[in-house]
Amino acid sequence: MKTTNKFSLTFPSYSTNEFFARAAVAAFITQLDPTLEELNDIKTAVSEAVTNAIVHAYKDSIGTIYITAELMDDHLIRVRIRDKGCGIEDVEQAMQPLFTTVGGERAGLGFAVMESFTDRVKVRSTPGKGTVVTLFKRLNVRVKAHAGS
Amino acid sequence: MAVKINVKGEVVSAYLSGDLDHHSAGMIREAIDAAIELNMPSLLVLDFSGVSFMDSSGIGLVMGRFRNLQRTGAGLHITGTSPQIYKIMKLSGIERLAKLDIGGFKVENNQ
Repeated sequence: MKTTNKFSLTFPSYSTNEFFARAAVAAFITQLDPTLEELNDIKTAVSEAVTNAIVHAYKDSIGTIYITAELMDDHLIRVRIRDKGCGIEDVEQAMQPLFTTVGGERAGLGFAVMESFTDRVKVRSTPGKGTVVTLFKRLNVRVKAHAGS
Repeated sequence: MAVKINVKGEVVSAYLSGDLDHHSAGMIREAIDAAIELNMPSLLVLDFSGVSFMDSSGIGLVMGRFRNLQRTGAGLHITGTSPQIYKIMKLSGIERLAKLDIGGFKVENNQ
C-alpha cells in the first residue's frame, strides 16, 4: 500500500490541544473530498485517541503526543496517534465498551467510538513505555462529474 | 464551547454550543450542576442544536447528569441532536432508556 501524502504533528498533552489535533487531521484529509459524515467520523476517532493519551497515558504529567496522518492508495487514510506515557496493561480489557479506570465522568466508550467510526483500530502498548493507536478508514469514492460530459 | 441556562418554573434548560470534548465538558458540567443544585428542577432539558462536534465526553456528560437527576427522580430530555451526535448517543445505549422523538430523545426517570 503506497503512501501518497502525509503529515506529522507533535504537541504537548494539554487538553486544549484536543480541538487542534482533530481539526488539523480533518484539514489534511479534506484534499480527498470526504463526505461530511466521513470527516466527522475521523475527527471523532482522533479526538478519542488524543483524549485517551491526555487522560490516561499522561495522567499525572504533560507529555508529548505524536500524530502521523497518511493518505494511501484507494482512498485509505491511516492516522497514528502515539504517546510515551504509562501504557496499557491489558489492551483487550481497555477496549471493552464501558470499561474505564478513571470512572466519574468518563463513559468508557473511547475505543468503542474509534472502532465504530473507522474501519479498523490497531493498538500496540507497552506498560511504562507508551501506546500507539492506528486508525484506518477508507473513504467511499464518489464519481466526479466532468466538465462538458 | 458555551452553555446558556434558562430556568422556567420547574424546568431547567441548557443550550449547548460549540465543540463538546473532554476539554470543554468540565466547564459545562459545573454550570449545569450548579443550576440543578439551585433550582431542583423536575425536568432538565439538554439542547444540542448548537453543538458542532461531540465525542464520547458528551456521553459522559449526559450519563453524569442522568445519575445526578436520579437522586430526585427528575426527568431528562435530550433534544437537537445532529446525525453525528445521534450516532454517538446511540452507541452508548442511552436510547435503550430513552423515548425517541424528532431531533432528540427523552430519557424518563420513573421514580
